Amino acid sequence: MTDLLVEARGLTKRFGDFTAVDDVDFGIQKGEAFGFLGPNGAGKTSTMKMITTVSPITEGDLTVFGIDPRENGRAIRQRIGVVPQEDNLDLELTVSENLYIYGRYHDMKKADINPRIDELLDFAQLTERRDSQVEPLSGGMKRRLTIARALINDPDLIILDEPTTGLDPQARHLLWDRLYRLKQQGATLIITTHYMDEAEQLCDRLVVMDEGKIVAEGPPRGLIEEYAPREVVELRFQDGQKDDAVLNLDGLASRSEVLADRVLLYTDDADDTQRSLHARGIHAEQVLVRRSTLEDVFLRLTGRRLID
Amino acid sequence: MTALARSLHFAESEVIAYRRTWRGTVITSFVNPILFLAAMGSGLGSLVDDGNADLGVPYLAFIATGLMAANAMQNGAGDGSFPVMAGVLWRKNFQGTITTPLGPADIIWGRLIWGAARLIFVLLVFALIAVGFGAMSLGPALIAIPPAVLTGLAFTAVITAWTLTREDGRSLSTLFRFGIVPLFLFSGTFFPISQLPGFLQPIAYATPLFHGVELVRKITLTGVDETIVTAMPMWIHVVYLLVMLAIGIYLSVRILDKRIRP
Repeated sequence: MTDLLVEARGLTKRFGDFTAVDDVDFGIQKGEAFGFLGPNGAGKTSTMKMITTVSPITEGDLTVFGIDPRENGRAIRQRIGVVPQEDNLDLELTVSENLYIYGRYHDMKKADINPRIDELLDFAQLTERRDSQVEPLSGGMKRRLTIARALINDPDLIILDEPTTGLDPQARHLLWDRLYRLKQQGATLIITTHYMDEAEQLCDRLVVMDEGKIVAEGPPRGLIEEYAPREVVELRFQDGQKDDAVLNLDGLASRSEVLADRVLLYTDDADDTQRSLHARGIHAEQVLVRRSTLEDVFLRLTGRRLID
Repeated sequence: MTALARSLHFAESEVIAYRRTWRGTVITSFVNPILFLAAMGSGLGSLVDDGNADLGVPYLAFIATGLMAANAMQNGAGDGSFPVMAGVLWRKNFQGTITTPLGPADIIWGRLIWGAARLIFVLLVFALIAVGFGAMSLGPALIAIPPAVLTGLAFTAVITAWTLTREDGRSLSTLFRFGIVPLFLFSGTFFPISQLPGFLQPIAYATPLFHGVELVRKITLTGVDETIVTAMPMWIHVVYLLVMLAIGIYLSVRILDKRIRP
């Protein structure tokens, strides 16, 4: 366990009476992409802020690179790159100036910063926007610039708090591609997200957080195998027909979830389940068969959906 | 990286940003003081000097020294208010900065370093203009700059701390309307405190701008007597302003830390 870059034991964050992070343990290894998955308010951002040393720890132990943030937060911040949830690019500065000042904050020499800016703008596909103002950039460009800014000091650990929230699908995929490249280059990433597909795509390992606690931990496929049967049959019913159908589902699947708009049947054999549905005379307006995802894991663990 | 290097790095980013926003500060920093000097000093001053006011110096010299300190106060207060609110609320660059090796103290010190540089420049311009108006000669005009800078920085520090306790920009306008403007008018800039009704004089003595104005006058207008300055020794003014600066810095760092590192 000597390779742990980040280690938390009994980590707790309270704001007054409210407990945002409740006695969590986790360890993040060098070179892995580690995810914190959970709905808004699960305590992901509070956990990130403690790791990045911008929020004091209430209780428990945390080390980053073996350093306690309470003792030397600055030494930690020298070696990390932070992409906050909310874009905080400096709108008074140009694209390249935003990178430049963070280089200076990291005490880099001007002569070293400029080539680094070229590299990062290339990586973020923003070379043409080098001297433009930040405001007119699209949401995806701003996020890529924020990521580039986080990389200026060539960090040993990159922390991304909901990197793709609010982006359109195309911008998300472009961003994932960039993050994937970082991963391949051996970077250690911490990613918080409430998107299942994001966690499945990017994370080697993740923890599921809910109401300040970690409710499950493992690799994405492992969690799905552990907590959700292989396939899901989703049924949508016409108005008024759902309640009758629900009474008649016993034994059709290893587990079922009744949501406001649909019914989910978890099964190892979707064909078999569909045949049984037919045999029982249950006719849904729409039937969709899909593989289980982390969303299903979350639903199973908490009884709630991630995004409502 | 030393604390000084960190503060200078932050100041550098403020300089880069200022290259784009300086136009908005030209009127308050340069034009208004000149208008006051022209209207009150030369215009009103000729009436004052012709009347029975016995200041011992031309009114233009009296008001130029007062405006030097008042100008520093206004620029200092401006520096401690809107840019600070922007840093935590609108531009939010303070929140980003503390994810780097810089911390809240580096931000506060960096802003003060930058504020001092800006004050020196603004006051130098004012001093040269005052010399051009014939209000002061060059030597005294230049030695008036350090005490005026101290005055301005004391305001920057205290108002930075106060601004960091505010949640929106409206209270900043209130500060200027009900704080800075009355100070500007009644702290001895335009007339000696001795002209105020007796019960108001102790209040005027307690205000920071009074100490700034007095300090500038005592340093530049050597030989003037109690008709225009008090008998208070200079060190009291210096200590007052230094204590104000120190308290302002201490509170600013504390409050900023609490605010952006919850």
